[in-house]
Amino acid sequence: MSTVAVIDYGMGNLHSVAKALEHVQPNVKVLVTADPQIIADADRVILPGVGAIRDCVAQMLAQGVDVEVADTLRSGKPFLGICVGYQALMDSSEENGGSQCLGVYPGEVKQFAQGMVEDGGRLKVPHMGWNRVSQTIDHPLWQGIADNSRFYFVHSYYVAAKNTAQVAGTCHYGIDFDVALSDKNGFCVQFHPEKSHTAGLQLLTNFLNWDGKL
Amino acid sequence: MALAKRIIPCLDVENGRVVKGVQFLDIRDAGDPVEVAKRYNEQGADEITFLDITATHEGRDTMVHTVEKMASEVFIPLTVGGGIRSCEDIRTMLNAGADKVSINSAAIYNPDFVREAAERFGSQCIVVAIDAKQVSAAGAEKRWEIFTHGGRKSTGIDALQWAIKMAEYGAGEILLTSMDQDGVKNGYDLGVTKAISDAVNIPIIASGGVGNLQHLVDGVKLGGADAVLAASIFHFGEYSIEQAKEFMRQQGIEVR
Repeated sequence: MSTVAVIDYGMGNLHSVAKALEHVQPNVKVLVTADPQIIADADRVILPGVGAIRDCVAQMLAQGVDVEVADTLRSGKPFLGICVGYQALMDSSEENGGSQCLGVYPGEVKQFAQGMVEDGGRLKVPHMGWNRVSQTIDHPLWQGIADNSRFYFVHSYYVAAKNTAQVAGTCHYGIDFDVALSDKNGFCVQFHPEKSHTAGLQLLTNFLNWDGKL
Repeated sequence: MALAKRIIPCLDVENGRVVKGVQFLDIRDAGDPVEVAKRYNEQGADEITFLDITATHEGRDTMVHTVEKMASEVFIPLTVGGGIRSCEDIRTMLNAGADKVSINSAAIYNPDFVREAAERFGSQCIVVAIDAKQVSAAGAEKRWEIFTHGGRKSTGIDALQWAIKMAEYGAGEILLTSMDQDGVKNGYDLGVTKAISDAVNIPIIASGGVGNLQHLVDGVKLGGADAVLAASIFHFGEYSIEQAKEFMRQQGIEVR
């Protein structure tokens, strides 16, 4: 039976991801865990994320999640980062008055400007709700998902990736920003696939079927 | 704008059943919450809000169990409110599968609780619920105050000032219910909705008073709401979520 480790670093709602994975593939074993050995032995690894970045990164460092993610990426196993689990992998974030992140991928996490206006309407922050994702590359994780499908977002900070070759998807909310990142066996998304109904569940299905190769 | 306006069916849950009252009285049974949520999920609801109106401990345990069950079958965001008083309550609900919690009276008794919760769990999961009632005399400049205890008790707090303060304290969203309109099906109180939506930079969910689909459109177009919440028009089969979306789309509102 194939196993997926969902890294638990003591923040937020990690069970939604586990429940969605079990729903799309009942015979997959989902382990919500902080145990480095279980993470090392799993066939796939997910770094979910809800919460404030400073606390999340501090917890990750205290627990050695940075090492576990680096090992996973080096191993060639499929890796998925979600929301703060994506932002935490960038160089730094403007959240909490400026926070160092894990620096796995080059780029910054920036705050949406206050008072953005578009088409005569004010753009509230957090960017909360269903928005369209434009797929900028072909990727196994986009399979079966129509380009510009809507996914569920809830965030006040966005990723600006430095290496544009790593950008896999973008979204528009006042500005264009990078909502999906692909690098070898690693894939990250800003939206919540586990809360994005059909399109999100398809992405999780694709992840469980992915061998980590492009 | 690409971000869709959200339609949120609201489930008032008491002792494990969906109920619906008129101005918080005259309660009617509307079914099993998980079944009701699944139906809305299939119809294309954008989120689901649960308000626990149970007063007993047994009822609260049932609620956690219901949220767990729902979160394993419904893959859209869930907001849970009612009786959220501590960070421990928030953690329990998030662990059960809620994505956001809605804080109401606990914020009034201790506004710092909102700040603490937002710092710990992130603003994205902290919804502040405001129950507002118009208090200004006819002809005078409109004013609304916050009411508690199902609209029976005034706090003397100005609703507009309160919304601004809660946004500053880190609320990620405001669930605004008009106590004058709740359950009476005459439409949202557009005055208070617009006033608060204009005053803060976080999303506003309009609630209380929907009787037909035009009311949803008005909530967005005239009230400036980012999301529209309704209960009885969906629970008792008057309209489906699809019908609501189709109607909003025809009126030029972007929906999912």
